[in-house]
Amino acid sequence: MSKNSKSWRHGLAVGAVAVLVAGVSTACGGSDDSSSSGKGETITITTFGDFGYGDLIKKWNADPKSPFQVKETKIAQWDTWKQTLTSELQAGTGLTDIVAIEGDAMPQFLADGASDQFVDLSDKSLDNRWVDYKYKAGQTTDGEQIGYPTDAGPEAICYRADLFKKAGLPSDRAQVAKLFDTWDDYFKTGQEFVKKLPKTKWYDSSGSIAQAMLNQVEYPFQTADNKVNVDNPQLRSVFDTVSKYSSNLSTQAVQWSDDWTANFTKDGFATMPCPGWMFANIKSSAPKVKGWDIADAFPGGGGNWGGSFLAVPKQSKHQAEAKQFANWLTDKDQEVGAFDAAGAYPSNVAAEEELSSRNEKDAYFNNAPTAQILANRAKAVKPNLPFKGDKYSDILGAFQTAIQAVDDGKSPDTAWKTFTQAVGRLS
Amino acid sequence: MASNAPASVGDAQASPTGPATSGSGAPAAKKRGTSPRLTFRQRLSRWDVKVSPYLYVLPFFLVFLVIGLYPMVYSAYLSFFSWPRFGASHGDAVGWANYAKVLHDPVFHKAFWNTIGIFLLSSVPQIIVATLVAALLDTKLRGRTWWRMSVLLPFVVAPAATALIFGAIFADRSGLLNDLLHGLGLPKVGWHSNRPASWLAIATMVNWRWTGYNALIILAAMQAVPRDLYEAAEMDGAGRAKQFRYVTLPSIRPTMIFVIITSTIGGLQIFTEPRLFDTNLQHQGGSGYEYQTLTMYVFNTANSATDPYPRAAAAAWILFLLIVGIALLNFLITRAVQKRSHA
Repeated sequence: MSKNSKSWRHGLAVGAVAVLVAGVSTACGGSDDSSSSGKGETITITTFGDFGYGDLIKKWNADPKSPFQVKETKIAQWDTWKQTLTSELQAGTGLTDIVAIEGDAMPQFLADGASDQFVDLSDKSLDNRWVDYKYKAGQTTDGEQIGYPTDAGPEAICYRADLFKKAGLPSDRAQVAKLFDTWDDYFKTGQEFVKKLPKTKWYDSSGSIAQAMLNQVEYPFQTADNKVNVDNPQLRSVFDTVSKYSSNLSTQAVQWSDDWTANFTKDGFATMPCPGWMFANIKSSAPKVKGWDIADAFPGGGGNWGGSFLAVPKQSKHQAEAKQFANWLTDKDQEVGAFDAAGAYPSNVAAEEELSSRNEKDAYFNNAPTAQILANRAKAVKPNLPFKGDKYSDILGAFQTAIQAVDDGKSPDTAWKTFTQAVGRLS
Repeated sequence: MASNAPASVGDAQASPTGPATSGSGAPAAKKRGTSPRLTFRQRLSRWDVKVSPYLYVLPFFLVFLVIGLYPMVYSAYLSFFSWPRFGASHGDAVGWANYAKVLHDPVFHKAFWNTIGIFLLSSVPQIIVATLVAALLDTKLRGRTWWRMSVLLPFVVAPAATALIFGAIFADRSGLLNDLLHGLGLPKVGWHSNRPASWLAIATMVNWRWTGYNALIILAAMQAVPRDLYEAAEMDGAGRAKQFRYVTLPSIRPTMIFVIITSTIGGLQIFTEPRLFDTNLQHQGGSGYEYQTLTMYVFNTANSATDPYPRAAAAAWILFLLIVGIALLNFLITRAVQKRSHA
């Protein structure tokens, strides 16, 4: 008994070591499992949240004419995926053939050094496929196309028609749109509103308004040669305006916080900037609230919030196939399909036209012609505005934090000082 | 032992070829150590005795080498270089610049005091309450197992779920706790904007999760205390409180030290609770870094715009040295206390 168990354990230990050593050496050396033969290859793609690609990829894989198969990895949140993406870009290995990149973070991937890690997807035949501002947002300054636009986030204003009526304001969609021509109009109407209904605030959060205003400034954070310049009067004016109205018009809640979500059902606010993907969010946050409507207007012109890109990292071993598939996914039918599956409003012009021509009305939003409104809003967004330098998303983050500090009750001057210090720390 | 082992291994290994061969090894092994000529099999069995213990512990150290030591050493190395964001490899050596940058960073100072504050607000009450709960569970309660299991319940709940629940309780405007305070005519508390209040909220989450766990460990130690000690103390006229002070506490001291040290390490590395409690969209721990902890600082630095990895590595090493320092301090204090009580 004891004889056997001893040798058995000995063998086990040797075996375990052997397995371990073998495992370690394969983990270090041989993650290369891609076959080089043309047929039967698998292209991989990583998306975050819900891009609505599930059925589209199933369709592609089922089609016998497809030259290769596709496998999608879904990651719940952009934040998590961004970290993996960043570190594996640096590691030079581990990424899928196609990666999805969130729109507001795109500038840092377009910056010098970062864009070298991606394949140039330029294709002249695609010049008129996407709305102009979205197409340009996927390019570096010297014209390399790093990302193909997937969805877009042109903003309208969602408002509570029932509360408007109570406050003695017009509640009809067309007439409300007239109230939102400029930011001054918007804030003035807000002050009238809160006088009548003091328990309800005018907008959902200072952050969403600040971002919308900032998106209409030409050089908010950096000059054209990427020099950081946050002490400029335009940016300061956005900050001061939002600070001024913080306690009066804003719920002072941070987007996506518990307080923010709670306000949807408690008549917490009456208006909010509304990209297409926000519609589904309003419906799920306030399923029983009646009175939401959408105005075909946005103060000060246009605004865009969100919308992603598909990019191909240079470490991919199937760059041509990946480009081909990214092209297919952002073509008209697929972007319409993604809208139907996940509500991702297309950046593809033909897809937008098709959705408009369907002229569907959304019963939840008092039969608003949602696709029509978003198509109009997309036209109002100016391309290349604002200028997004390499540190755009870092500085935007610090700026939103400063707005939050004002909402938290700090003096605007203190918050501004903290903001400029935080920007200084970026270098 | 020595004469047994070689023969037995030789036996087992020889078994396929037949028992006859094993007989030849046996006489030689009788005179242990003196025989000048050893067969290969005998030498093999000697190595077995000497080497195999190391082989048994080797897997752990190999794994540790790959996923523990290597990253540690590499991060130490990295902390002396620059590394542009999205660069494929590190840049020039910069000496101690990354350490200087971190040590002079006002946010690092804030994170340091936040960590100390949250640590004190969590670990100290946690261990006191855990000891008291353990003492209560150590009595003859009805449905003892049920009580003991239920103190562990918070530990079983995933931290993310805990954060959701406490997020709703501590929400600044719509939170349960602030509604309650408001109902009592008290002012609302800015749980996410007031620095000490945010520490308290996070410490509450930590305590909710870990108190029951520590209580069960302490309870196990209490149950190992010989019951006759209590009987003797009772004979001497010691009441419940005195028994606890003079019998229970001295007997469970080693376990207490263990609990204190693990909760110190855990407390200084706190990350999940403040990160999930955070409403700030940049996850920097409140709009004015009110509750950014050191591990959050390391994590955020790894995503910053300039030299992300080297600075994060430097910050991680500073945190490591800090934990070692505090653990040493802990050790010295407990040893001093022990010496005094032995004297």
